[in-house]
Amino acid sequence: MSVQTKVHSIIARVAPNADLDGLRGDENLRDELDLDSMDFLNILIAIAQELNVEIPEHDYGAVRTLDDLIEYVEHHRDAD
Amino acid sequence: MSDVEFRMPSLGADMDVGTLVEWLVKPGDRVTRGQVVAVVETQKGAIDVEIFDEGEIVELLLQPVVEVPVGTALAIYRKPGDESAKAPPATSAPVLPATPVAAIAPQPTSAPVAAPRGAVKAAPRARKLAEQLGVDLAQVVGSGPDGSITGDDVERAAAARTKGPPSGMRQAIAAAMTRSKHEIPHYYLLHTLDLDPALVWLEARNRERPIAARLLPIVLLVRAVALALLDHRQLSGHVRDGTFVPGAGINVGLAVSLRDGGLVNPALHDADRGTLDELMARIADVGQRARSGGLRASELSAATITVTSLGERGVDAVLPIIHPPQVAIVGFGSMRVRPWVDDGRIVPRRLVEASLAADHRVSDGHAGARFLAQIDRLLHTPEAL
Repeated sequence: MSVQTKVHSIIARVAPNADLDGLRGDENLRDELDLDSMDFLNILIAIAQELNVEIPEHDYGAVRTLDDLIEYVEHHRDAD
Repeated sequence: MSDVEFRMPSLGADMDVGTLVEWLVKPGDRVTRGQVVAVVETQKGAIDVEIFDEGEIVELLLQPVVEVPVGTALAIYRKPGDESAKAPPATSAPVLPATPVAAIAPQPTSAPVAAPRGAVKAAPRARKLAEQLGVDLAQVVGSGPDGSITGDDVERAAAARTKGPPSGMRQAIAAAMTRSKHEIPHYYLLHTLDLDPALVWLEARNRERPIAARLLPIVLLVRAVALALLDHRQLSGHVRDGTFVPGAGINVGLAVSLRDGGLVNPALHDADRGTLDELMARIADVGQRARSGGLRASELSAATITVTSLGERGVDAVLPIIHPPQVAIVGFGSMRVRPWVDDGRIVPRRLVEASLAADHRVSDGHAGARFLAQIDRLLHTPEAL
């Protein structure tokens, strides 16, 4: 399963009411899907557990959009 | 001692009726204090109802699905050691007539009594439009992939709807807030909090722990409010029949916005106690159950104060409305980096606007000001929270 598909499925689990088909990858993920800080943390926890990439708090600014998040995870997975 | 009636509880200030939708026990079952025994649908969704006694279920007086007024006897249970099987129920109130749901005339444009407990699949644009146009997504048929609701679906629904009553949850919120504004003389206070010391401590702590053990700033805010209330009990409790009754515990209600619209206010019992990790887990748990269903009756009626944090929505400050019969509500706005004067120097600090709305029948601005100042002091020593 690609990182993109996996991240999509994680977000869909945390925000089950959201339709990611309508989400643009360059839009602020939290604003577009109305995710609060708890939702966002739950997404990152799932990414850490299922994709083995733990995103530190000081990198939150680098994963604001869906594209950024996927790119970050792909980059850090490959770096491991 | 005779058998005891288990009655439809009141799960909110303006709840007059509830719909019994499921029994989780049957005659002969033994029940313990705090056990969930039934599921009741209210204007705020499906709620797990607990029994606060122990005994054995003798008889289920009503069967789902039935809507009854608050206080209606739903079942009979026998307390342990009580062998008087033929004695009449302990309470003398009559069993009120039940109204089967099927007998209620259908309202074509009103939301169903059962508030949506599952997911409503809708595109982000559709959700925004629904909120703007006041469309209940649960009433819209989706034409998108897998039946998801598109923006066009919402626009068609908005254009086609006839005038009708608002959804059940919106009615409940409207009733409670209208009552609050009519009955409670609010006073408002604002206070700017320097959150930097707390956040620096939090970030250092989080760096040393795995991601699953991270704490969010809301945990510190809720704990600081709870601890400050220990010295300001006149801000934590209920007004009933014109009399203030301080809360036995510090039960902080957390305002949780629902994605399909609406608001619930589940209580964190004894929010002044336990570790921060425990409080974080509890906040995560009630937040998840508030959105997916599964809140308990005791969580809906027990809050002695409410905390509402709209900072994540980008607003500077909240001027909240007290949830009756409570006597105060604390609001937190967005955390923003702003100039701050520290020891004669202008420095950038992460600041938050804290607000207090309180019932002037019970407390005065002086007490409210001291309460906010204490929250401020507590947040400057986060290691002690």
